[in-house]
Amino acid sequence: MVGNQVERQKILDIRNLRIELKGRRERLAVVDGVSLSVSQGETLGIVGESGCGKSVLSLSMLGLLPKAMEINGGEIWYGEREDEAQPLHLLKPKELRKIRGREVAMVFQDPMSSLNNSLTIGYQVTEGLRLHLGYSRQEAAAQAIELFRKVGLARPEKLLKEYPHQLSGGMRQRVMIAIAIACNPGLLIADEPTTALDVTIQAQILEVMRQIRDQDGTSIVLISHDLGLIAEMCDRIAVMYAGRIVEEGSVADIFDRPRHPYTIGLLNSIPSPSHKGHRLHSIPGAVPALHERSVGCNFAPRCQYAMECCRIEQPKLSPVGFGHTTSCFLVVEEGVRKGDNRNTADRAEGTGEVLYETSVAAEGTGAASR
Amino acid sequence: MNYYARRLVTLFLTVLFVVVLTFTAFRIIPGNPALAILGTEASNEQIALLEAKLGTDRPLLVQFGHWLGNAALLDFGESLRFSEPVLKLIVSRVPVTLSLALLALVISVCTAVPLGILAAKSHGKKWDALISIGTQFGLAIPSFWMGIILILVFGLTLRWFSVSSYVPWSESPILALKSIVLPAVALAIPQIAVIVRYLRTTMLEQLNLDYVRTARSKGLSERSIQYIHVLKNALLPVITIVGINFGELLAGSLVIEQVFTLPGFGSLLITAIGNRDYPLVQGLVLLIAVTVIIINFIVDLSYRWLDPKIRLK
Repeated sequence: MVGNQVERQKILDIRNLRIELKGRRERLAVVDGVSLSVSQGETLGIVGESGCGKSVLSLSMLGLLPKAMEINGGEIWYGEREDEAQPLHLLKPKELRKIRGREVAMVFQDPMSSLNNSLTIGYQVTEGLRLHLGYSRQEAAAQAIELFRKVGLARPEKLLKEYPHQLSGGMRQRVMIAIAIACNPGLLIADEPTTALDVTIQAQILEVMRQIRDQDGTSIVLISHDLGLIAEMCDRIAVMYAGRIVEEGSVADIFDRPRHPYTIGLLNSIPSPSHKGHRLHSIPGAVPALHERSVGCNFAPRCQYAMECCRIEQPKLSPVGFGHTTSCFLVVEEGVRKGDNRNTADRAEGTGEVLYETSVAAEGTGAASR
Repeated sequence: MNYYARRLVTLFLTVLFVVVLTFTAFRIIPGNPALAILGTEASNEQIALLEAKLGTDRPLLVQFGHWLGNAALLDFGESLRFSEPVLKLIVSRVPVTLSLALLALVISVCTAVPLGILAAKSHGKKWDALISIGTQFGLAIPSFWMGIILILVFGLTLRWFSVSSYVPWSESPILALKSIVLPAVALAIPQIAVIVRYLRTTMLEQLNLDYVRTARSKGLSERSIQYIHVLKNALLPVITIVGINFGELLAGSLVIEQVFTLPGFGSLLITAIGNRDYPLVQGLVLLIAVTVIIINFIVDLSYRWLDPKIRLK
């Protein structure tokens, strides 16, 4: 990768991470050679279809992988300062517990099931404060009220004694965020934080997260399948496909200069008013199952530009612009042919346009043949 | 009507139903209290005379109405066999049976909860397998046989506990406790097996739920996740089982009392049934029914504490 984000300290640095399913003869990788980094105060979006490994990746950052999976290769480093970076992939459970909730916190997808129904909201929020910061009951309760205010919950005092079932979905997700930010973590991981909520509430929850980022300088990893949401919140976007990162760049890179056919497919699938009356584009096929993944590019079977080399060899993530990388032979070949970096970018933009049109055309024929 | 009023009405109706059932059942089955008292040698005149005295010659409905009216005033009549007030007979036996059942309950819950947690914790490992085998035995072995074995081992061989010499609580609580420990253990064993299996299953179910992941993401230790977050959720179905099984515990104690010759309800009820001592049988059944119903009511109340979603309305 080119030296992007040079001035800012990396708070999270994932290097060539491989997560496998345990106890099988053939080693199936759920996450395969992922490298990512998040800088202080930065918001990174990870986008991809269901089953691409983005949730597993996020759980690995907390050492919370399901029992059936294990890290087999690669590194995860976390630290607010370089000299105190800790290798999360090596830590013992006890050491990991000190980081969870204190340094790295997580907001989960479904606020209806992610809270414990038989404990009060107050207890669930103050638990972390008492554990990590050694607060007394009263101190923790006072801090919890502050947190409730911060995430925009009304009547915070009363909330302490209430139970999750008494709250709406949006309120519960605010509570989840309050729990996550309770100990003022350096990194907040939000795995599909708004998927289970309706649209108006989604906007409110995003606003809360934006405020936290701006006020506390918390770095955020936002995981979603919703590109629109990612675009609204994030500084950088990593597009994940079948356990690998296929493209990474700034929001502008991804939206204005997408290079990977998969990214382009995703962008084409966003409904927009100008496309009213047209059939919404969808990428044909589905994410290959773990055992169907090949040595080559995993997107090749669904890619209309797939070449011979795509099926034999895995394209490497290569720079196509400043801080913009992609793993596609098509794009890399362009770069090699032109030999000039700047021209490549222009050229690529052109390719992007062409891709967009052809994909629409392809979809047209698809519909006709149906 | 509020929740409690409705509960009271159903409670009353259940008791009434139980009373009617025992009343009619005992009149239908063959046998006759006068005959039981006088023996088979008695003449018809003697029997008729005694029946008139006991009131068993009157129409059933009259007898029932009479009994019910008195029972409402806590007068359960006089035992035909012992010629003593039923209430007095029952009250004298209450401490034995009740303490036996309660001790068995305490033993079973106190042993089963840690064992259930242990089994769930070590899911698929050594302890889980051992506990699973143990509970199989616990379920399969009848408690009266277990009682006999306990007497043999701890009473006669090791001589840790005195056998067949019940000491009333009023005399010496320590000796009284000593005399009911073995029967309580015998009673508790099948209960332990049931509770352990239930708790293990519900704990394992709970451990897979999302809120456990949230708790882990806070950095809580597995211990506090299991004991605070999971246990409270997993206990709900277990409480139900414990409550329902309390009736079974009482029934079991009737048998176990025979094995250990404890002067509880068991011996009283069996004598009463053998002698067709209607007032005594009815009084005992009424008391047992009311106890079970009250226990179930307490179980319902405990839901409220465990699951705030259940509103008692």
